[in-house]
Amino acid sequence: MNDPGYELLLWVRGPGWILALAVFSFGMAMRLFEIFALGRREDLAPPRPAERQGSPMRTVWNRFFPVPGLFERAPATHVSGYLFHIGFFAVLFFAEFHIQLFRHLLGFGWPALSAPLADALGVVAIVALLAALVSRMRDPVKRFLSTAGDYLAWALTFLPLLTGWMAYHHVLVSYTRMVALHLLAAELLLALLPFTKLIHAVTIFVARWYTGEQFGRKGVQA
Amino acid sequence: MGEHGREGDGLERWGALWEERTGLSRRGFAQLCAWLAATMTLTSGGVGRVAEALAAAPRPPVIWLHFQECTACSESLLRAHYPTAEQLILNLISLDYHETLMAAAGKQAEEARRATMKNAKGKYLLVVEGAIPARPFCRIGGQDAEAILKECAADAAAVIAVGSCASFGGLPAAEPNPTQARSVAGLIGKKPLVAIPGCPPQPAVMAAVLAHYLTLGRLPALDQLHRPKAFYADSIHDRCYRRPFYDRGQFAASFDDEGARKGWCLFKLGCKGPVTHNACATLKWNEGVSFPIQSGHGCLGCSEPHFWDNGSFYAPLSTPIGESGLSTGVAAAAGATLGAALAGGYRKVIDQARSEARPVTLDDLEKSS
Amino acid sequence: MSATLERGLAALRAGMDTPMATFFASCVHCGLCAEACLFYTETGDPKYTPIHKLEPLRRLWKQEFTLLGKLMVNIGLDQPVSDAELAEWEPLVYDSCTLCGRCSLACPAGNDITAMIRKMREGMALSGHAPEDLVHATQRAVTLGSPMGVKLSTLKAKIRAQERESGLTIPLDQPGVDYMVLFSGMEIVQFSEILGAMARIFKHAGVSWTLSSEAFEATNSGIQLGVSDLAKEILLRTVNAAEKLGVKGVVSPECGHAYTALRWEGPNLIGRRYHFEVVHILELLARLQKEKRLRLRQRDPEERPLSFHDPCQLARRGGVLEEPRELLGKIATDFREMSDNRERNWCCGGGGGVSAIERSEPLRAKAFQRKLHQIEELGVHTLVTACSNCRIILEEGLETYQIRVDVAGLTELVADHLEEDQPQTGAGAAGGES
Repeated sequence: MNDPGYELLLWVRGPGWILALAVFSFGMAMRLFEIFALGRREDLAPPRPAERQGSPMRTVWNRFFPVPGLFERAPATHVSGYLFHIGFFAVLFFAEFHIQLFRHLLGFGWPALSAPLADALGVVAIVALLAALVSRMRDPVKRFLSTAGDYLAWALTFLPLLTGWMAYHHVLVSYTRMVALHLLAAELLLALLPFTKLIHAVTIFVARWYTGEQFGRKGVQA
Repeated sequence: MGEHGREGDGLERWGALWEERTGLSRRGFAQLCAWLAATMTLTSGGVGRVAEALAAAPRPPVIWLHFQECTACSESLLRAHYPTAEQLILNLISLDYHETLMAAAGKQAEEARRATMKNAKGKYLLVVEGAIPARPFCRIGGQDAEAILKECAADAAAVIAVGSCASFGGLPAAEPNPTQARSVAGLIGKKPLVAIPGCPPQPAVMAAVLAHYLTLGRLPALDQLHRPKAFYADSIHDRCYRRPFYDRGQFAASFDDEGARKGWCLFKLGCKGPVTHNACATLKWNEGVSFPIQSGHGCLGCSEPHFWDNGSFYAPLSTPIGESGLSTGVAAAAGATLGAALAGGYRKVIDQARSEARPVTLDDLEKSS
Repeated sequence: MSATLERGLAALRAGMDTPMATFFASCVHCGLCAEACLFYTETGDPKYTPIHKLEPLRRLWKQEFTLLGKLMVNIGLDQPVSDAELAEWEPLVYDSCTLCGRCSLACPAGNDITAMIRKMREGMALSGHAPEDLVHATQRAVTLGSPMGVKLSTLKAKIRAQERESGLTIPLDQPGVDYMVLFSGMEIVQFSEILGAMARIFKHAGVSWTLSSEAFEATNSGIQLGVSDLAKEILLRTVNAAEKLGVKGVVSPECGHAYTALRWEGPNLIGRRYHFEVVHILELLARLQKEKRLRLRQRDPEERPLSFHDPCQLARRGGVLEEPRELLGKIATDFREMSDNRERNWCCGGGGGVSAIERSEPLRAKAFQRKLHQIEELGVHTLVTACSNCRIILEEGLETYQIRVDVAGLTELVADHLEEDQPQTGAGAAGGES
């Protein structure tokens, strides 16, 4: 058939999705084993008494917020980072269409954000991500640190947001084609997540826990 | 004003001729012309041209083939309300071969078909209803479907594929497609083709395409899938009266909930309107009475390719098609196995580095060359 | 056998574990660790971004401990870590990192960058890319017993002088006492009044104590250099001496990394727990104060305002946070906290062995501006601290920038503010001093 929109939509809803999910679960399982099967030596130094120890779980939570003074030193990183993450997760988990997907996968759903609000949060995420890109290219530290992998991860995150917004608003190409592109972009994100720095979505919580535990046993709430 | 006057004059004149020829009312004729002009997106000045052509046109012969189908396309055509099927068949075209409608049978029928092919060589229209299977399925008069189609298409002026089966393979071509059913498109060479998908297609669209050919002597403007742009350019969703609810995020969650009663959008109940291109939301069905969404059921997407393999009719568009549980589980297990094997290797490297490390002495801090 | 790339890489591999893999996997290059590092904030040079200082180690992890990284090397898209690369990183791993741990506190991903730098130094040292100054300091610590070359005879001379001055006995090699006290070579040489101060405090509180002729040096350059085997060798002197004397505890003196070495790294270096308790002098003083065995008097109200500089290894990386406040609360009349204090303090710029690296001096002076700014906005005239290395660095820095602020050690301050009219505590509590 020569309508790529519809054919592509069928593919991304069918085999594409199954493939992406398989690559994701394969990659995630492999990476988690690679990381967590390395092992860790027991710390023989006696920790502080329990009541003086810092809590690793609190570190996991605390690291959602900057240590005092850090925000002022890097406002662009913080603002774009927060807005992007809030917008992205709000849309991912609370847009009606996505909840339908989760309902399909999990067997249950939850209330959605109102369409205009979800739409607005999507725009917030898109703008924030664009700002993050500009900041990455202009900030001396981030420019210095950035690798191709950082830009790849950026694109993988940005495309689903952009195509989702464009599909919802029927911008540029037909809805069919845009929805197909949106699903394709989302599947790319899913499939490559374990192999890119995007795996931080899972590992940071463990990283925070380890650090919180190390600081905590010494009596410091990190 | 003047133009309107002239147009009015033309309609009056051609209407009289029409009345004389067909015995149908002049008022109805005017309506038909205006509607045809509008649906074919002609300028208002075209109404006169339509009237002229319609009234004066000779009735082109039509051969209507049935292959793997359920005859619902023909049934649908029989429910055409203006022009009605009778008007169409008796006054506008010469339906020389139609297995369901014609009185003839057996040899007689096949002879009628051959006669038309011979007498109206290059002038007759070939309408195909149903998908075309591979040998040995679907033989008619001792001939394979594919052979019949090719034979009839060879000398046709144009081919009109009615319904989703002829247009895209439809239900007969659904997975696993045991008869290897195909659409018309790949079997007729470069012969002009119009596809009028739908399960069934809109009667008005079938009538309009025939009328268009009749009046203008050529096929209407088509899109990539050979569909008449006039009817297939917009999606159901684009023209749906429930669209404002979609835009506001108001969805019915079940067929009998508050949202359903309030007429909210049926996206969550599996409506495929957003990706389905057809004219149901504007032309509606049964003389414009209603269409599925108006009756409270989502669009099935019947006029799109592979609609039968497009997942559950009741699964929202944003959900995947097909079962991913097993493949995901297998992939995870494979990933875990590989990961564990890799990690085993890594641990060996680490243990080796630890166990083989000789105690460091002060001398070790001097760099050797 | 000498230092080679292969030995260095093996040392890096030996340090690999799940936390490290988690940390490297979690980094998103947000750059925030740079903003937490005084070497970046004061120079503006992105190469001082903490996570960047670990780049060779990260590459080794990726190439040898991830499938994708292995493939990249196999198809030639990535080159293994080279000797030249490690050489290039030497100034980043040593000269511009004080192991202060501020980046580990700030990282939103939760990466303990400092702990990884500590591990990276193992590989750097064994591949021959440790600064000579640090190597020599460690050589002196191993061969002479002290990185500054302080010998027993020096200590004995200082003891005699301080005994004369204080009129008290400073016990040496006395078994069965409560605490064996260590000092940093710096204290013995530069601030030997600390010996007398300790004697007065312990007399006052009725605590029995001793010095050991076999282990009096608290510092451990092996830790700073990043050679665990040598750190262990140095540490074992203390452990053996303390266990031979049968003391209840070992007191870690006013020295940051000495506390980290003895309290937190030590048991892991020797592979077992000690048979004694390790306590920092501030912890001990705060404890005695709480038990009312240490009675302190307030400073003269006319005396000028003071502040406390938290040594990184004591506070952020050691957990000694409230003890100095508890003590200063009894003494100071006008105590002012710095803008960032306790676990959030800024380093003086000389920790982690940096102060021993001569070539790092200009960089250190620049980095000191961070501390300078903190001190200046407080308007204090006295800065108290609890690490003799911090103390030297602070004095030097203040001198460089011509700022007139006195720097003092907290233990000495405590000794100077003991209530004098106190009656002698029960002889039972006085232990070996009776």
